[in-house]
Amino acid sequence: MRYLLHRLGFFVLTLWAAVTVNFAIPRLMPGDPASAMMARFHGRVNPAAIHALEVAFGVNSHQSLWSQYLSYLHNTVTGNFGVSLTYFPLPVSTEIAQAVPWTLGLVGVATVLAFVVGTLVGAVSGWKRGGLVDSVVPPVFVVTSALPYFWVGMILILFFSVMTNGLLPNDGAYDVNLVPSLSPVFIGDVVRHALLPAATILITSIGGWILTMRNNMVTVLAEDYVRMGRAKGLSDRRIMYQYAARNALLPNLAGFAMSLGFVVAGAILVEYVFNYPGLGYMLLNAVNNLDYPLMQALFLMITVAVLVAVLLCDFVTALLDPRTRSS
Amino acid sequence: MPSAPVLEVRGLTVEYLTSAGPVRAVEDFDLDVHAGEFVGVVGESGCGKSTMLFGIAQLLSPPAEISAGSVHFRGRDLVTMTARELAATRWRDLSVVMQSAMNALNPVAQLGDQFADAMRAHGERSKQVIRERSEEVLALVGIDTVHLKSYPHQLSGGMRQRAMIAMALLFSPDLVIMDEPTSALDVVAQRSLMMQIKQLQRQLGFAVLFVTHDMSLVSHFSDRLVVMYAAKAVEIGPTREVFAAPGHPYTQGLLDAFPSIRGPRLPLTGIPGSPPNLLRPPTGCRFAPRCPKRFEMCDLAPELYQAGASLAACHLHAPAAKEAAR
Amino acid sequence: MSTSLVAGTPNPGEQTGPARVRRERFGFLRAVRGNRKALTGSVLLLVFTVLAIVPQWFTSVSDPNAHEFGLMLSPSATHPLGTTAFGQDILAQLIWGTRQSLVIALAVGGLATVVSVLVGVSAAYLGGPTDGVLSAITDVFLVVPTFPLIVVIAAYAGKGNLPVMIAVLVLTGWSYGARQLRAQALSLRNRDFLESARVRGERRSYIIVCEVLPTMTSLILANFLGAALYAVLTAAGLQFIGLGDNNSVSWGTMLHWAQSNSALQTGQPLWVVAPGVCVALLGAAFALLNYAFDEISNPALRPVRRTRAQRASS
Repeated sequence: MRYLLHRLGFFVLTLWAAVTVNFAIPRLMPGDPASAMMARFHGRVNPAAIHALEVAFGVNSHQSLWSQYLSYLHNTVTGNFGVSLTYFPLPVSTEIAQAVPWTLGLVGVATVLAFVVGTLVGAVSGWKRGGLVDSVVPPVFVVTSALPYFWVGMILILFFSVMTNGLLPNDGAYDVNLVPSLSPVFIGDVVRHALLPAATILITSIGGWILTMRNNMVTVLAEDYVRMGRAKGLSDRRIMYQYAARNALLPNLAGFAMSLGFVVAGAILVEYVFNYPGLGYMLLNAVNNLDYPLMQALFLMITVAVLVAVLLCDFVTALLDPRTRSS
Repeated sequence: MPSAPVLEVRGLTVEYLTSAGPVRAVEDFDLDVHAGEFVGVVGESGCGKSTMLFGIAQLLSPPAEISAGSVHFRGRDLVTMTARELAATRWRDLSVVMQSAMNALNPVAQLGDQFADAMRAHGERSKQVIRERSEEVLALVGIDTVHLKSYPHQLSGGMRQRAMIAMALLFSPDLVIMDEPTSALDVVAQRSLMMQIKQLQRQLGFAVLFVTHDMSLVSHFSDRLVVMYAAKAVEIGPTREVFAAPGHPYTQGLLDAFPSIRGPRLPLTGIPGSPPNLLRPPTGCRFAPRCPKRFEMCDLAPELYQAGASLAACHLHAPAAKEAAR
Repeated sequence: MSTSLVAGTPNPGEQTGPARVRRERFGFLRAVRGNRKALTGSVLLLVFTVLAIVPQWFTSVSDPNAHEFGLMLSPSATHPLGTTAFGQDILAQLIWGTRQSLVIALAVGGLATVVSVLVGVSAAYLGGPTDGVLSAITDVFLVVPTFPLIVVIAAYAGKGNLPVMIAVLVLTGWSYGARQLRAQALSLRNRDFLESARVRGERRSYIIVCEVLPTMTSLILANFLGAALYAVLTAAGLQFIGLGDNNSVSWGTMLHWAQSNSALQTGQPLWVVAPGVCVALLGAAFALLNYAFDEISNPALRPVRRTRAQRASS
């Protein structure tokens, strides 16, 4: 229990840090978002929008820094992120809510799949040392894990989209001519559009999981309790799963939590390459449009998603490792 | 000898395949263990005793492998058995107790599950039977049965070791192999564990092959003693005789290193030098470079010669040398 | 862990610490030569280093960004990889672009490692509340997704600023190493050779610099390689989305311009494939070296030769 409370405390601490960084950045950076916007829209900007910006970023504000901070915290907790500049006058939260399911669906599913499959392959590879699998797997995946995400996406586009004359689409989440619904046609189209981006994420991230799990397995297989398993006459399969893999999995889970930052980076770029309307794509567009409220809200949203994932990992670890459960 | 030995090891040789060439951690090892016997194996770190133990139990992992010899258990050679036959005989007839229970017990499984594991692997399906037997063996070593639901890290060091012994006795095997099970314990717990092992031995009648570096500990409890040096057995014999009249200068050196509590105060002598590099072992007697009684014949490798009631691998006891001495 | 039988004299009082480290160093070079991954990685790195230092030896084009050639030419003898939509020689750009990618990789790798060592080892040695604070900071940096943060900062701070990019990459790349180094420093803290140094009366700073750090060289090296890999990939990503210096020559920027000009759709695949391959190769060099050092320092991970006496399985 103390373990979970500790992790929960960390969650809150990190969240607070991210929120505060979000608050601090516009106030620390050179330049003034309001004037930047004015310049961009050639002065033809709605005064209400300017005012919204000023409130959000504390420009021309008569409040003290501390009270600005408090009202910012309040706004964040209540989900009031202001109004988007790109999609004016739609509030930022509405915009984000539209993008979330696409990212969760594509990135979430692909990443979890890569982790699960990678761990399984790594476990088998670590178990069958000295075989063909083991001499081929490490070098191949060391190389694939060093490939830039976005480039792999572009290569896949080249081979499966451009060269096949559009067999697998490379633009967006679904055909714009279709009306979004739960019909099989639409769902089929969504899946078709998700294939290449998901494959990109899978190909680049699976290598890391395979390699770390393999190394963990090799280390665990040298442990005495695995030898005991053999001494007891247990079947190879049982030893591999119950004794070796279950113990080798634990550091892998911790590694998963720590690598989410990198996964997010890759996912953002993949969405950009495929014009996939998720949070990452929205973020990059917001950057290009200097849509500060949207940018900052997206950063926060992505951080929250990662933190929740880390917390989930912590729960799973507590479930699998009895040593964390006793105080 | 009243009956055929439970364990007959002949010419066991274990090699580690390294990039610099093969290293023989155990060379040409012979041993007999009879029913109900307690055989102790002593030697300093790195002499090969643990490797020998794992070699006998067929628990070596790469890069170590058995390169020669046979291990006959109840008449069947474990080395040439198929994996399936071996799995069937493991634990049922021959079980293992390891040095550190903290490392030898699966940290993520409850004690009861680890007991049940072994039983299910040998065909026991009934949960009732499994539970009853687990409680029985725990009672044998004096652990409360509530601990079947405990995880290894929740038990104390001594309890863990006893739990391991309980697990080793699940099928009342004929031979229990123990690799320094007391090293991780304090002196008091050590003695209490040893007494428990001896008592269980009297009760259930299993033989014990016990490896340790602690001569004084094993001297109280073993019937026979094997002294190993540089991958070979250098002395084998009844414990009493080996202690009273050691045949090999190395054994003498080991005994001299332990002061006697009751005897006269003597200066402690160690054995100067270090054991040989097993990558390129010396061709003659391996102890010769450090031996105070070395003579010309020691350039040849000795065999195990009769030395009183024991066997010693020392030319001092070679028939030719004895002839010359007369 | 102990392989005393294999290493030679199975001396129970085997020395640990710096003396053993020094003996190990020569075996280290031998090990690098013998390990295929390390060899490949080193060769790749060497090739790129040479290209970065003297690009003018490998191409006659002196200003790869100048729009001097015909547009979108196919590969030929004069232009082995063809030209871009602006009339730039792709191969020349690749060769000149090596410099920026390598500089970023090495600068970020080095600086991030320095910060990791400072934070990680200090946290382990100063202990107590200092350790608590430093560890909390490390963990926060580790978990917060830094790429969106970098993007936001770059948007505010203006694009195309190389020192800012390096600084930001260091800021986001040090935490993983710090955590690993702290863990190892903690485990070393109670080892005997350090106890003896303490008893001898050595100052704490001496102990840290002259006894602890040398023992941690392999981990520090691994961190350097990991940070360099991170820098190569992330910098390429940032340049790709246009946050690098779009007027300089680098692989990521090439990809940016290729994407803006829809290179794939307009039949100029080499403009996309070539710089990406270079990024991948440089990254692979660091990754291979890193993996190889893992294997060298932990022999248990090495590929195993099939052993002769495989038991019959029926």
